[in-house]
Amino acid sequence: MKKAKQIQHSKPFDLLSEELVFIILDLVAQNPSDLKSFSLTCKWFYQVESKHRRSLKPLRPEYLPRILTRYRNTSDLDLTFCPRVTDYALSVVGCLSGPTLRSVDLSRSFSFSAAGLLRLAVKCVSLVEIDLSNATEMRDAAAAVVAEAKSLERLKLERCKKLTDMGIGCIAVGCRKLKRVSLKWCVGVGDLGVGLLALKCKDLRTLDLSYLPVTGKCLHDVLKLQHLEQLLLQGCFGVDDDTLQSLTHHCNSLKNLDASSCQNLTQRGLASLLSGAGCLERLDLAHSSSVISLDFASSLNKVSALQSIRLDGCSVTCDGLKAIGTLCVSLREVSLSKCVTVTDEGLSSLVVKLKGLRKLDITCCRKLSGASITQVANSCPLLVSLKMESCSLVSREAFWLIGHKCRLLEELDFTDNEIDDEGLKSISTCLSLSSLKLGICLNITDRGLSYIGMGCSNLRELDLYRSVGITDIGISSIAQGCCHLETINISYCKDITDKSLVSLSKCSLLQTFESRGCPHITCQGLATIAVRCKRLTKLDLKKCPYINDSGLLTLAHFSQGLKQISVSETGVTDVGLVSLANIGCLQNIAAVNTRGLSPSGVAAALVGCGGLRKVKLHASLRSLLPPSLINHMEARGCAFLWKDYNNNNNNNTLQAELDPKYWKLQLEEDIML
Amino acid sequence: METEDDLCKNNWGGASSSSSSKRREQVCFTSQHKWEDASILDYEMGMEEEPAFQENSNNNNGGQVNVDFLQGVRAQAWDPRTMLSNLSFMEEKIHELQDLVHLMVRRNGQLQGRQEQLVAQQQQLITTDLTSIIIQLISTAGSLLPSVKHHNMSTAPGPFTGSALFPYPREANNLASQTLNNNTCEFDLPKPIVVEERESHVVEEHEMKDEDDVEEGENLLPGSYEILQLEKEEILAPHTHFCTICGKGFKRDANLRMHMRGHGDEYKTPAALAKPNKEAAPGSEPMLIKRYSCPFPGCKRNKDHKKFQPLKTILCVKNHYKRTHCDKSFTCSRCHTKKFSVIADLKTHEKHCGKNKWLCSCGTTFSRKDKLFGHIALFQGHTPAIPLEETKPSAQRGSSACENSNNNNNTGMVGFNLGSATNAIEEVAQPGFMDGKIRFEDSFSPLSFDTCNFGGFHEFPRPMFDDSESSFQMLISSACGFSPRNGGESVSNTSL
Repeated sequence: MKKAKQIQHSKPFDLLSEELVFIILDLVAQNPSDLKSFSLTCKWFYQVESKHRRSLKPLRPEYLPRILTRYRNTSDLDLTFCPRVTDYALSVVGCLSGPTLRSVDLSRSFSFSAAGLLRLAVKCVSLVEIDLSNATEMRDAAAAVVAEAKSLERLKLERCKKLTDMGIGCIAVGCRKLKRVSLKWCVGVGDLGVGLLALKCKDLRTLDLSYLPVTGKCLHDVLKLQHLEQLLLQGCFGVDDDTLQSLTHHCNSLKNLDASSCQNLTQRGLASLLSGAGCLERLDLAHSSSVISLDFASSLNKVSALQSIRLDGCSVTCDGLKAIGTLCVSLREVSLSKCVTVTDEGLSSLVVKLKGLRKLDITCCRKLSGASITQVANSCPLLVSLKMESCSLVSREAFWLIGHKCRLLEELDFTDNEIDDEGLKSISTCLSLSSLKLGICLNITDRGLSYIGMGCSNLRELDLYRSVGITDIGISSIAQGCCHLETINISYCKDITDKSLVSLSKCSLLQTFESRGCPHITCQGLATIAVRCKRLTKLDLKKCPYINDSGLLTLAHFSQGLKQISVSETGVTDVGLVSLANIGCLQNIAAVNTRGLSPSGVAAALVGCGGLRKVKLHASLRSLLPPSLINHMEARGCAFLWKDYNNNNNNNTLQAELDPKYWKLQLEEDIML
Repeated sequence: METEDDLCKNNWGGASSSSSSKRREQVCFTSQHKWEDASILDYEMGMEEEPAFQENSNNNNGGQVNVDFLQGVRAQAWDPRTMLSNLSFMEEKIHELQDLVHLMVRRNGQLQGRQEQLVAQQQQLITTDLTSIIIQLISTAGSLLPSVKHHNMSTAPGPFTGSALFPYPREANNLASQTLNNNTCEFDLPKPIVVEERESHVVEEHEMKDEDDVEEGENLLPGSYEILQLEKEEILAPHTHFCTICGKGFKRDANLRMHMRGHGDEYKTPAALAKPNKEAAPGSEPMLIKRYSCPFPGCKRNKDHKKFQPLKTILCVKNHYKRTHCDKSFTCSRCHTKKFSVIADLKTHEKHCGKNKWLCSCGTTFSRKDKLFGHIALFQGHTPAIPLEETKPSAQRGSSACENSNNNNNTGMVGFNLGSATNAIEEVAQPGFMDGKIRFEDSFSPLSFDTCNFGGFHEFPRPMFDDSESSFQMLISSACGFSPRNGGESVSNTSL
């Protein structure tokens, strides 16, 4: 009937111009399934949609010819879901979307060689970006082929360990327009290659040299670059004071310097590095070998415009922090994560000068007490992000003050803290809060959560891992108030039942749902989540003993976007696992200690799930599965993780794990050991 | 007698004219020993013996040891390949001799002046060559019969290998040695022709650096030194010092003196062993400095050249003559392109040959990577060139894993093929039917009719299993009551 009517109206969308539909499509594109329904409306819509789409992320390389024929204007091709991209596939890409293609991501793919890359480089004349990270077998010959892509601007070669200076030299000579280059973990590349790159590619903006065996020698050439904005030297052990001593070039364009984990770089070398970089905005000195003392901090006087500093894992002194606060008053972000020597006095003297502080990370600064947190709350009203996991000495009143004074907070990490319901009540006044982590907060109850549910309607991420005071009531109030919730973790909240799941199914944007170790959850609750939360991508059902095949069958039917699932230690059998093959996007499966599984069932499931990248199985299956299957899976790009747990008495362990006090006791024992 | 006389005068084949069977044995052994080394060069080098070795073989006890040792070497080194190389070496030798004779025929017409002397020299040269060829032939033949053991009448005990077939009668040898003794003077240094300095040349200091070991700074006044000019043949002769008793040749005088100790106690005195020059040195007037001239006419090192620059030592003369005026007969065994006329040069080159692995796209090679990168930084458009052997493994990468699992398919429990993309490639790359057809048509062309291959159809490998993973999936999902997924909707959902 409908079809007949459309024909009578003779193209009802004649009046609609293509441009207008494109604008509509731009808005529709927010939700991928909407786009799909749009293109299925009529032939014309189908055509317009295929003309409109620019970026593609195919799930299987086999479909590349069909997809690229349909979407002729593809400019961005992301092949991260295709582990096996052969030379044939690359030549298909080159032939079908050669002139329009601007960026290709091959960072998760293998099986291609220099020949395929050559096709790509020659056919795709306007290729601007290519990501070849993780091509650990790539050699200089392939790099020489990449140099054929003359218009290349952004190149990622992370972890290409067999690449040497020769290959980088070819790229440096061939691709003169390069702006961003990442050579992280290319351990075969040294001073000569990097020096030539800096000499030939004058437009370089970003250069990542992390973990390269380079010395200060090549930095002389690198810092001569006129437009260099970002320089990453993480873990460059060859960069030391002596080779940096004679640095005389002023690199005023440099905005971001990462010198973290440079073990041989001390104050002297850093001073000569910073002396020419007057406009530096971000500085990363994490895991530096030297003590952040008064002397060390004084080398920062050249970079007074600094906006962000990271000192993770450094030993900092009180004087040093004070000096940093005095010298760099414009600091917006400070990270002192795992700086165990930070004291209340030091942090207070730092933050008292930093009125404009936006982000503060004091994770695992265990010496801090309420005094410094009160100082933070009083002097930094603009604070947006506060991460203070494991600051267990901080008193409850301090949390109240944070909520009271810092109204702009968006991100809060209170994992393993003493916060209570009153603190949550005060925090619920931060209306723009989007991420709240309350893992292992044993003092909070449903009452506190209900404040959050009422106040923070923008909440997107909530972590309640092992916060055992929470029951269904608290979760339902969250589900009621926070309709934008995307991620929730209720692992080991032992009182959670299906009711929570039913109420959470109202959050239609839910993507990640972790309910590990919730013994009361059943398949009915899971079914409501599966049916209503269409965007579900990550699901952790480990140690939920009542979850069985029927739950997985529902999932297989409704959650077509699922990428990761853990069904370890559940009641799932072969039927359930094999049904997962119906989910095309599925990439990760963990099924350890699941008693209902037989080798043949696992084999069938493995063969069925074509896009698998990672599978976690019990070690005993390794010998039971046919070796040819394992070889086949590995050739298809799937990695196996064989786990050998020795928990014989499953139930007792689960009981013990659910008891928070026992768990904490065990944790402390482990720490003592 | 005439021939014997010539024989003893020879400068080459010292091995042929031995005075006693003991000497003969030793020479034969040593030549045998070296001979079995496949390398021709080594053979030539081997003419000079280690003094210690000689001394050993002169002792009775040591001689025994030596024989055993050599037998051992023979037993393990004996193989037809060595024989082949020996034969080819001899062939080369004969060719060389032929060339020499050709040259003489030509030169006879040109040079009329010193006719007599030349004739004698030529004869001497040819006979030398011939003798050495004969010796080599004999020793080669002798090594063919390793089991034949003859006890010679001479004093030395133990088995002899080559000497049993030695063709020269003892008397002749003795005679030869007698004549040898008479002509001692001739063997000391090969007849330097002393020439008076006739014209006064100005030796210019600023000169292009020669390849020889040049005495750049030396500015000897003309006339203040004596100029010696060796003839070409003397320069090219491998040995310059010869034993006055047995005629064996040596490269160094010290080695000759070492060798002489074997001929009797009178040579073992300190006076006999000392350097001859030093004996005369104290008290006597300083000798006139000797300088050498190259015999090649027109050469700068020739005394007739306007800007004559003398050569300092005989070694300089030899190296200069070989480098400048001889064929470069030694080819590098690694690159097979570089040629040298002096073995030492070859060895120096071979040490570094192949190490110039840093290659630029312009063809320039560098021994150091930083030099290459400096070159590339300097020139626009030059790129580092990746050596060819490196491209091979990378081209195969990825496919090996696929082949591996393909092979496993045949034996494994679960039989399936890899992704359909692989099948597609295989089908595109090897369309078995099409290929077979073409072959079939080709086979009817008149040219290849005889060699037509009707069984060619079997030559094209086909995938064992044609089922792709999608078909497998269908099987599973239908078994579980689900419809197979639609392939067309595999585009994941990403926003623009």
